[in-house]
Amino acid sequence: MAATATNILVRLKRVDIWLPKIVIAPSFAASLFFVYAFIGWTVYISFTRSGVLPRYELAGFVQYVRLWNTPRWYVALENLVVFGVLFMAICLVVGIILAILLDQRIRAEGALRTIYLYPMALSFIVTGTAWKWILNPTLGIEKLMHDIGFASFQFDWLVNREMAIYTVVIAGVWQSSGYVMALFLAGLRTIDDEIIKAAAIDGAGPARTYLGIVLPMLRPVFLSAVIVLSHLAIKSFDLVMALTAGGPGIATDLPATFMYAYAFQRSELGLAAASAVMMLVTIMAVVVPYLYSELRAGRR
Amino acid sequence: MNARQVHGIVRPKNAVHTALRIVLFAILGLFALYYLLPFIVMVITALKPLEEIRGGNLISLPRNPTLEPTLRAWDSACVGVRCEGLKQYMWNSVAMVVPAVLFSTMLGAINGYALTKWRFRGADLIFGLMLFGAFIPFQVVLLPMARTLGILGLAGTTTGLVLVHTVYGLAFTTLFFRNFFVGVSNGIVQAAQIDGAGFFGIFFRVMLPMAPPAFVVTVIWQFTQIWNDFLFGIAFTAGDSNPATVALNNLVASSTGVKEYNVDMAAAIIAAIPTLIVYVFAGKYFVRGLAAGALKG
Repeated sequence: MAATATNILVRLKRVDIWLPKIVIAPSFAASLFFVYAFIGWTVYISFTRSGVLPRYELAGFVQYVRLWNTPRWYVALENLVVFGVLFMAICLVVGIILAILLDQRIRAEGALRTIYLYPMALSFIVTGTAWKWILNPTLGIEKLMHDIGFASFQFDWLVNREMAIYTVVIAGVWQSSGYVMALFLAGLRTIDDEIIKAAAIDGAGPARTYLGIVLPMLRPVFLSAVIVLSHLAIKSFDLVMALTAGGPGIATDLPATFMYAYAFQRSELGLAAASAVMMLVTIMAVVVPYLYSELRAGRR
Repeated sequence: MNARQVHGIVRPKNAVHTALRIVLFAILGLFALYYLLPFIVMVITALKPLEEIRGGNLISLPRNPTLEPTLRAWDSACVGVRCEGLKQYMWNSVAMVVPAVLFSTMLGAINGYALTKWRFRGADLIFGLMLFGAFIPFQVVLLPMARTLGILGLAGTTTGLVLVHTVYGLAFTTLFFRNFFVGVSNGIVQAAQIDGAGFFGIFFRVMLPMAPPAFVVTVIWQFTQIWNDFLFGIAFTAGDSNPATVALNNLVASSTGVKEYNVDMAAAIIAAIPTLIVYVFAGKYFVRGLAAGALKG
């Protein structure tokens, strides 16, 4: 009797050695195909002369040469730098200030936090639609200022080639700064009160305490916020489509809208693939070192 | 020592302190207004007839509030050439989001369990390789995905979108459940094994009953991400099968006739309501997902 029982147990155990791998297999296969093989395909196509239809004869760097000779690509890159730097900097400043202020034992903290963060739950299309109306050059904020009494107030950024990219910054900051606040608030809560008290006893004022002691301790939070924000900035697509559709003209084109336009509107597969590969490389340059250090830290 | 300890900083309790608190609340209040104002403007605008929009301004309250723009946005506003409102597209989004969330969450749960409680050789490598998928810009898979959907006969269908969202959601759902199950004691698994429970027995009878918090966080995260998706929607569907976000964008961009700002705003509110409801009722879990997603973005 006992022998058969052990026997069954052993046999069950043997099944259990294989089952976890069998269970993971479909997801892992999906990942290999839909992520790695797809990236491989896109990279391959970026080295061909593919136009409307994919062609599979390799042609070297011809698409990359074309890409870097396309003025519109430079517009997209310049916009990405302007948008990315401002978006990240303002989100960080606003988010950190809000987190520090909220951390002063505020009575309505829960409600305020909810209000600051709700834009994160909205689609960028909804955000874009709302801000498009608010920034409307005739009926929007301009009209409001006229009604209040500033008759000469002018606000035409949405249709102004030079300024339109800043409207994307305004809407993007509105949507994402609450997220930075939440990250830093969680970080502040992990800091030992004793350290801050000690600083106060040593005579450090609030500003010195935060700038000199607390914020440097939050370096990991800082890092993940920068990673998340840069990731959001490089992938930005929805917001631009809803707010300006890349216009006026191509004034607010970003790499993501550039890629979409060449892939699905102009049917230049090779060039679109090359621009997508450039986006991938940029994001990897930011994310891979971070991911590597995170995974290593996790193993320790 | 006439000092009171406020979280972190020691401050004397006096007039200066009171003044500082007032300034603090004023700043926090102004920021609250900044975040709320766009939504308030949307609601006000959606309730106004068109003449009042032209006559008034962004924050002038509606004198004759009307639900007509909302009904039009739902029922008869033009999206491209079709003038049937958003309703069909909202159902498209529901038909896309429900199965995609279900599949990706279930797969993520069992993946997370297998990766942490049955640590086989290479489990970390497999997880690392899968996690990579959470970071890629989706532009890099758009072209091959479009071709694959075409070959599978799923181009322009909701089923195709379900497949896309399930596949690219796996990295996140696996991450969420892995992080959850890592915190579950291995002793529980060993005890269940001694009692004769196998891989699936332990999963269904021991792990799943413990996992509702992980499920709530994952479902909310996936629901919000997939409902709000625009890129896959616009790239892989056309016309009738558009999800709500794409239809909203098309509705606002439709430039036939008079621009009806009130209908645009009503449509935006309609498209936002499902995720807003989730946020209002389960905000705590939404924030937790965001924190876990910090790794991702």
